[in-house]
Amino acid sequence: MSAAEMSAVATAPAVRRPPVVSSRFLRSELGMVFRRRRNLAILAVLASIPIVIAIAIKVTAPPNDGTDGPPFLFSITGNGIFVALTALTVVLPLFMPLAVAVVSGESVAGEASLGTLRYLLVVPVSRTRLLAVKYAGALAYCLAAAFVVAVVGTLMGALLFPIGPVTLLSGTQVSYGAGLVRLLLVALYIAAMMAGLAAIGLFVSTLTESAIAAMATTAVLAVLSQVLNQVPQLDWLAPWLFSHYWLDYGDLLRDPIATGAITKGLAATAAYVLIFGSLAWSRITTKDVSS
Amino acid sequence: MTAGSSEPAVPQRGAAGSAGSGHGIDAAETAVTTSGLAKRFRGGQLAVAGIDLLVPHGSVYGFLGPNGSGKTTTIRMLLGLVSPTAGSHTLLGRPMPAGAAQVLPRVGALVEGPAFHPYLSGRANLARLDAADRTADPATAGRRIEVALDRVGLTAAAKKRYRAYSLGMRQRLGIAAALLQPRDLLVLDEPTNGLDPQGTREVRTLVQELASDGVTVLISSHLLSEVEQICTHVGVMHVGKLVAQGTLDQLRRSQQPRVAVETTAPAAAARALTELGLAPGPIEGRHVTAALGEAEPEKVLAALVHAGIPVRQFTVDAAGLEDVFVALTGEGFDVSG
Repeated sequence: MSAAEMSAVATAPAVRRPPVVSSRFLRSELGMVFRRRRNLAILAVLASIPIVIAIAIKVTAPPNDGTDGPPFLFSITGNGIFVALTALTVVLPLFMPLAVAVVSGESVAGEASLGTLRYLLVVPVSRTRLLAVKYAGALAYCLAAAFVVAVVGTLMGALLFPIGPVTLLSGTQVSYGAGLVRLLLVALYIAAMMAGLAAIGLFVSTLTESAIAAMATTAVLAVLSQVLNQVPQLDWLAPWLFSHYWLDYGDLLRDPIATGAITKGLAATAAYVLIFGSLAWSRITTKDVSS
Repeated sequence: MTAGSSEPAVPQRGAAGSAGSGHGIDAAETAVTTSGLAKRFRGGQLAVAGIDLLVPHGSVYGFLGPNGSGKTTTIRMLLGLVSPTAGSHTLLGRPMPAGAAQVLPRVGALVEGPAFHPYLSGRANLARLDAADRTADPATAGRRIEVALDRVGLTAAAKKRYRAYSLGMRQRLGIAAALLQPRDLLVLDEPTNGLDPQGTREVRTLVQELASDGVTVLISSHLLSEVEQICTHVGVMHVGKLVAQGTLDQLRRSQQPRVAVETTAPAAAARALTELGLAPGPIEGRHVTAALGEAEPEKVLAALVHAGIPVRQFTVDAAGLEDVFVALTGEGFDVSG
């Protein structure tokens, strides 16, 4: 150590220097999201879907003689892994977007309505960092929502139905383990689709001081996008809607995986995250916090 | 204010724009300065009309004004929550908002009442704020939180949910949050709102303790009595303008002392005072008062007695801050401006 360095150390002012990277605030935010009773209740509702599906089918399904009933019922009675896939399909249009709308809509607006936003900002938390941490919290919740359904579905399936090699949509059979990997990919894809919605929710959340209004707006947008996607006269619009690619996770269950729609879906979501993330950023970094 | 200076009367109507000079506070050591700081809200309402605050380092600065006079908007601008439409300001010598990341960790603030997560305990709420502070040392977080809770007398209620706190307890938790770190400047907006007389006294003692440790305190209030006892400096807001600023003494001296005469012949006393060149106010029962002006009270009394006025009591009252404020804001102090 040179003399210059020594003296620099000796005379270093007793200023509290922030670490370059600190995960404390992020961990605190995750704690806020996942310890909040309402958010846990929503996850519990999501978890109940595969349970209800599995029990209902176990109780009511006729012997597997292959004569009537919708095809997914036979899939389930034939292989428990389809409980998870069926449950994901059931929650995707409404329950999952509602869950994500609640958490992302509350992110900034919730702090604003409580007044805690002003205290975070004078800590100080930079507005950019606040937004990043809030979005990270919403992302974690998207992942949790998808995985709760997938994991509970898998467990219920294993508990009530036979498990074994999985017949994919393309007719190929893969081992149960390989099937679980496909399920993991499906859950990740759905979580990624929800990340797009969460970015929209984050932006809406910066526009208002009412958390409920932000949640409701985000949920309505999610439903609206799906409705518009169904209108034949609006076919030209469909590829631009954020929900257009949500159901394309089926391509992950082919052999080989059909990547066309999946790639487009991920790219579209990335675009939505970028656009609405930027809008949210430009809004939060310029707005007067008067709540 | 430089020692020995006899710069008089600070109050000035329409202080806006008279940058720097005339405030009677030496600008060398300032914790807060603003220059022409103004805020016009989108609706067109001018909430703060270009003010030049000077909060000397180490002072306890009473930021006074009726409700709605622009105090809270000013404080929000100081802390970077609201961006000014004109003017600039510095905190602890650094320009804001550019210096926010360096300066704000040294500033504790209570802005427009406490605000916390209702379903978290008092302690968990403080932990949340501490976690958000990049400059805070996680190793000492637990201890610092306990010390802050203890300092405001909340240790016993630390585990209770914030939802269950009374207004006074919430206010205390807000002050505890401002004390999580050693601070150089405390900005306390109406810190005794909702506190009982005992709590008010405790806050006053706390502020005095902190001030004696060298912390600069900017304390806003619409209650005169609260501020008069602990402040070294005072700024008075009225309808968005800073109508007076200076040390407490300067403000007091800005109002002339008054003589009050109690007599059984008030009309004659008023006449006698008028002959002495004073301007007595309306007679109230047996009392006549008048601003003393340049006259010497001893001579006034001698003249009254000489004129045969039966004087029962003769007092010279230094102007109270109350009088100063009524004179400055032209209205009762608690009336919204």
